[in-house]
Amino acid sequence: METRTQTDKTVDLTKEKVRTPSFDVSSLAGQGDPMLAQNPVMIDVRGLHVYYGDFLAVKNVDMPIRQNEITSLIGPSGCGKSTVLRCFNRMNDLIETARVEGVIEYHGVNLYGDSVDPVEVRRRVGMVFQKPNPFPKPIYDNIAFGPRIAGWNGKMDDLVEESLRRAALWDEVKDKLHESAYALSGGQQQRLCIARAIATSPDVVLMDEPCSALDPIATLKIEELMLDLKKDYTIIIVTHNMQQAARVSDRTAFFSVDVSERGRTGYLVEFARTQDIFTKPEKKQTEDYITGRFG
Amino acid sequence: MAVTSAPTAEVLVRRSLSAKKRDVRGRVFEAVLILTLLVSMAVLVVLLLDVALDSRSVWGERTLGNFLTSQLSADPATAGIRQALVGSLILMIFTAAIAFPLGISAAIFLEEYAEDNRFARIVNANIRNLAGVPSIVYGLLGLALFVKILGGITGPEVEGRSVISGGLTLGLLVLPIVIITSVEALRAVPNSIREGAFGVGATKWQMIRHHVLPVAAPGILTGTILSLGRAFGEAAPLLLVGGITTFFQSGDATPVEQLRGRFSAMPVLVFRWASLPQAGFRALTAALIVVMLVALLLINATAIYLRNRFEKEL
Repeated sequence: METRTQTDKTVDLTKEKVRTPSFDVSSLAGQGDPMLAQNPVMIDVRGLHVYYGDFLAVKNVDMPIRQNEITSLIGPSGCGKSTVLRCFNRMNDLIETARVEGVIEYHGVNLYGDSVDPVEVRRRVGMVFQKPNPFPKPIYDNIAFGPRIAGWNGKMDDLVEESLRRAALWDEVKDKLHESAYALSGGQQQRLCIARAIATSPDVVLMDEPCSALDPIATLKIEELMLDLKKDYTIIIVTHNMQQAARVSDRTAFFSVDVSERGRTGYLVEFARTQDIFTKPEKKQTEDYITGRFG
Repeated sequence: MAVTSAPTAEVLVRRSLSAKKRDVRGRVFEAVLILTLLVSMAVLVVLLLDVALDSRSVWGERTLGNFLTSQLSADPATAGIRQALVGSLILMIFTAAIAFPLGISAAIFLEEYAEDNRFARIVNANIRNLAGVPSIVYGLLGLALFVKILGGITGPEVEGRSVISGGLTLGLLVLPIVIITSVEALRAVPNSIREGAFGVGATKWQMIRHHVLPVAAPGILTGTILSLGRAFGEAAPLLLVGGITTFFQSGDATPVEQLRGRFSAMPVLVFRWASLPQAGFRALTAALIVVMLVALLLINATAIYLRNRFEKEL
């Protein structure tokens, strides 16, 4: 119960931060297949193309990401799934040559619109990276940094505890909050990174192969954590591991890659409910990949 | 396979596993490496011993304090290094005050802000070239710029041959080294830390201030302090911009007057004393070199100490 109230507090905070009029997401519910209960669309990707210089890296991505769902992006290496993921919090801006065409609408606002500040985007769309990358600072400061720079002025101790509890890490670190995060194990570091990402109370959490550097037990913990977190957050995860996608995600986007002499161009093959992708894929390509006949 | 009986297999395996003697080249290579190390060490040890032995007569007759605090003089029996010691100290402070902020800022710009275009690459390459320019060339630059052109500002009483001119020249000399070592330290900060900071909504400035600089600080600090060691030992540029070695009195001049006044420095003094004919100065030169080496050792030890302290805090 205590956890619940704490979360409500952080949700209020988010509302305060949203300056654009809130998009009436409920109107979207029930679109498509009337047999299935639909969560409202949180991020709508339409006609996304990503270029590096004049080279087309990813083309033609259309996918509505729904609130409180886990959406997984799968596909062979080099198919651009990480590139697409990094569009959601404008992380691709950090690559000088990267250029994005198309629309990514978040609550009805195009994230690539002229007046959009990427820093503000990243405060609402958190990210967990492939390799655990805690800051070389005490555990406490790892969590507190994000809220602090966002100008949060509530009780920091409570926020740190709440974030660590949400990331299922509190019990393991509560006695060493002021010790270096580098002393934690890989799995603990990754959960710390998740706690760090949710400390700024984002709407969306992006995860770029969050378990690829972890052992199976740590992986299982992160997966359980994701299922728990989706009650409050919308999660988009890139994974190499098809079983992981099948285990945790509600919807799956399967990407593939065209190889030309100029390089590899990724594209979205199929986007559907995870159970459909894995049991009755519409495209032959998807089926081949799922059943291991790819390439 | 025909060989199946246990003893035969054991013999074969033992023979193949004990093939130590085969790696002859590796052993020769290792021996050569050790030899080269010993040669370098030997040169250094001989040099230090020679200097220490030459300076013996000074330490027999005078105390260290007397040698350090006596004024410059033409008489080897009473000559000390007071002005040179003070001069070197002020020069180092001046050099640090010029080169550190400029160099570290330039490095942050080059590494964190500058786009990776042709211009940036040309600048980078040329800073590396500048670090290799002989110090005497910097001396000529200092002579032309700070002594001749800006002499009215740097030292109107002494025709520009002032502490300020010396410090600015040494500052320019170590600036490229400070930039290069700082750039390397910044480059060594893992990109994952930058991404992590951006990922929680940090601006570029917040990312640099809170994450990159603290991680790079030990490296930047070590590099800059070591570059001071380089400036500390330079004689050539100071000879050109007017380091003097005869008696002069700074007396009770104000700090600004002192900065615009004449100066001496230890390496300059080594150069002058070594060329004097009196036998007494031979021993004095050796003693001065010992003092300089100890000072240099202290500078380097400080760098190592600070680096270790900073790294522990991470």
